[in-house]
Amino acid sequence: MDRPPVVALDEVSKSFGAVRALSGVSLRLLPGEAHALLGENGAGKSTLIKTLAGVHRPDAGQVLVDGSAQRFSGPADALAAGIAIIYQEPTLFGDLSVAENVFMGRQPLGFGRRIDVAEMHARTSELFSRLGVRLDPARPARGLSIADQQLVEIAKALSFDARVIVMDEPTAALSAHEVQRLFGVVRALRDQDAAVLFVSHRLDEVFALCQRATVLRDGGFVWSGSLEGETPDSLVRRMVGRDLSQLFPKEDTTAGDVLLSVQRLTREGVFTDVSFDVRAGEIVALSGLVGAGRSEVARAVFGIDRPDGGAVVVRGRKLKYGSPTAAMAAGIGFVPEDRRQQGLVMDASIERNTALASLGRLSTFGLLRRRSERALAQDWAVKLRLKFARLSDPVGVLSGGNQQKVVLAKWLARKPSVLIVDEPTRGIDVGTKAEVHRLLSELAGQGVAVLMISSELPEVLGMADRVLVMHEGRLAEELSRAEATEERVAMAAAGQAVTR
Amino acid sequence: MTAQLDTATAPPSARRTAARRLSTRVGRVRELGIVVALALVVIPTAIVNPRFIQAQSLRDLLLNASIVALLAVGQTLVVVTRNVDLSVGSVLGLSAFLTAQQFADHPGTPLLAGIGLGVAIGLACGLLNGLLVALGNVPSLVVTLGTLYVFRGIDYALAQGRQVNAANLPDALLDLGSSRVLGIPVLVLITVVVIAVAAVYLRSYRSGRELYAIGSNPEAATLAGIPVARRTLTTFVLSGLIAGLAGALWVARYGTVDAAAGTGLELQVVAAVVVGGVAIFGGSGTVAGAALGALLLGTITSCLVVLQIPAFWQQAIAGALLLSAITVDRLLALRLAKALRTSEGTSHA
Repeated sequence: MDRPPVVALDEVSKSFGAVRALSGVSLRLLPGEAHALLGENGAGKSTLIKTLAGVHRPDAGQVLVDGSAQRFSGPADALAAGIAIIYQEPTLFGDLSVAENVFMGRQPLGFGRRIDVAEMHARTSELFSRLGVRLDPARPARGLSIADQQLVEIAKALSFDARVIVMDEPTAALSAHEVQRLFGVVRALRDQDAAVLFVSHRLDEVFALCQRATVLRDGGFVWSGSLEGETPDSLVRRMVGRDLSQLFPKEDTTAGDVLLSVQRLTREGVFTDVSFDVRAGEIVALSGLVGAGRSEVARAVFGIDRPDGGAVVVRGRKLKYGSPTAAMAAGIGFVPEDRRQQGLVMDASIERNTALASLGRLSTFGLLRRRSERALAQDWAVKLRLKFARLSDPVGVLSGGNQQKVVLAKWLARKPSVLIVDEPTRGIDVGTKAEVHRLLSELAGQGVAVLMISSELPEVLGMADRVLVMHEGRLAEELSRAEATEERVAMAAAGQAVTR
Repeated sequence: MTAQLDTATAPPSARRTAARRLSTRVGRVRELGIVVALALVVIPTAIVNPRFIQAQSLRDLLLNASIVALLAVGQTLVVVTRNVDLSVGSVLGLSAFLTAQQFADHPGTPLLAGIGLGVAIGLACGLLNGLLVALGNVPSLVVTLGTLYVFRGIDYALAQGRQVNAANLPDALLDLGSSRVLGIPVLVLITVVVIAVAAVYLRSYRSGRELYAIGSNPEAATLAGIPVARRTLTTFVLSGLIAGLAGALWVARYGTVDAAAGTGLELQVVAAVVVGGVAIFGGSGTVAGAALGALLLGTITSCLVVLQIPAFWQQAIAGALLLSAITVDRLLALRLAKALRTSEGTSHA
């Protein structure tokens, strides 16, 4: 009784180096149906989308269009097959007009193969009226709201009669009103027999729009089926339901004085009214979805970004806004999310990187002593069980886990009283992961206040004394270690916090 | 301008049209602004020295600007895609010397064949730049900075200190440099034709529009299935080809050529392009604007000479003009972004 799928993935696998982003994932998109793609951060959703888009080529498995296997050699092939992708961040040409964005590469031609601008504008207007919106085809795309940019992308998809429309978290940046309008458009597309693949973390939207769902976890296929009879709870369980056997060794400590106090911190349009304390000996996790504003809060606390209001207080003293120097002087250390870009100087040696945050202490009369640099690095390399050939090797040759240890060493060498770590174990193998966790636990035991941002729920639940959950720029929930369960954190992160 | 100032209080529909008007106008304003600037430079000079606007003097003005304008057209194609071609001065030099040598050593060379040689040399140089940038994925600034010296080095090596004089060149070629049609120098006409062809290409052809798309958002261009590498390669080939043509025309215009011809010209060309309103980070600008920019810079230089301003001030003034052009560009962009933001994009039909 099922109609054959327009596009299907059959046992698709894709790896990036040692990281397995997708393994054996299958997906069937039926005409006239909206299909939800669900999974936590890092579950492989983006990789799956890029595979459909022709950006990534699968290492194994097939992409089937109308039942026959296709090898997309680039985005153009996927477009030609009728697959249109609407990315989370719309990919428009800001300098060009709305109409040109819709028809780029396929502009209607007139005399002498010249672009017929009038015709192009007329057709664009026609597409917009089919979508029930009014947008000026001649205006430049620059300055359009995200919602309008998505409409331009949808118009583009319509313009070449796309049969499959993939939307990657289209509602993340929309207001409630804009979401309703988008849903109207998606329902209309569905009714015109298009297949829609809808990625969203908001489960209420998934139930409002989709008939079917597929759940991914850690790159693997978990479940696919009709949404009938499913509940948000049952889906969340499928998304997170991994065994919690790998326990993380946070030892119990008695919390001491408040070392870091964040008071009503606000950065317009990014996060609002964020308040929390971190005490000596405590590990506090900041949880939530990517884009909820977690890293942004950390950046503002450390002074990289300037907040618009509120205060950061360290040991009872208010920090100057927007000054990492002041934050460092007050004893804050910051291990950023992206160690390659922000945490390390990749071409510089291990010893140089380790010493980088302690240069003042290591120099005499303003001159840096190579020997003390080396001694410091040697000391920390042993403490952190760093695996390396020579301290003079560039950091770039180390494995991800060892690179992360160097970043940690850099900050630990300053003996911080507050340590902020953003995704401390991203892209690190299991063994090193456990070492990083042991290290954080030890630090807390020594009375350091640790603020940890992590997208990995097991890590959050295993390590944190308290869990703060952010949703769309606000603190949605604060859970004690006893209260924090996968379900509660995931629900709060998806905007479904149980109001107490 | 007041209409745009009170956008915040105007009803949405009025704001929308205001934003649209502003955005369509800004494109034209750039070229209009250069024309105004030209007038501001020419009129006072003409008042001080009326001979400045005599036909012969104006012809010289156009002639002097035409080679830079020609190069600016090629440069625009490249800059629109968020690249730059710094080698054009050296390509011109190499093409000029080899073309002149061909004519001098083989007096029987047909005019078009000789010019074709120059064009072919330029094309080869452009192809090398393009391959390195598009396939080698090396930043164009680095590639063309390198080839700037490489091409010039080859030029010096081949010339070995020699110089080709007008006496050794065929009359047909020299005539090309000095003859006129309807009072307008032929060189200027050739430049105008190249500008017109490039303008139509950039405005009305798919691949031309794709150049803007690449410069506007390279990643999106790839996702939209635009052959970014091929288009980038093409722009460098065209820029080289035009520089080669300019080299041949340089011989016709000046008659005397050594290995140093066109040294430092690339900076004038980039300046002309920027003054002409081509965004240095790609995505917007027109060849007409760039050509007008070349004319403005050339005119200013001539005016400063006529006004007997010391030579060392001339460069400072040209530099100041460049800075103010960039400032105006930035201010306009900010203004436009603001106007477009405040204009509500959609409403329900």
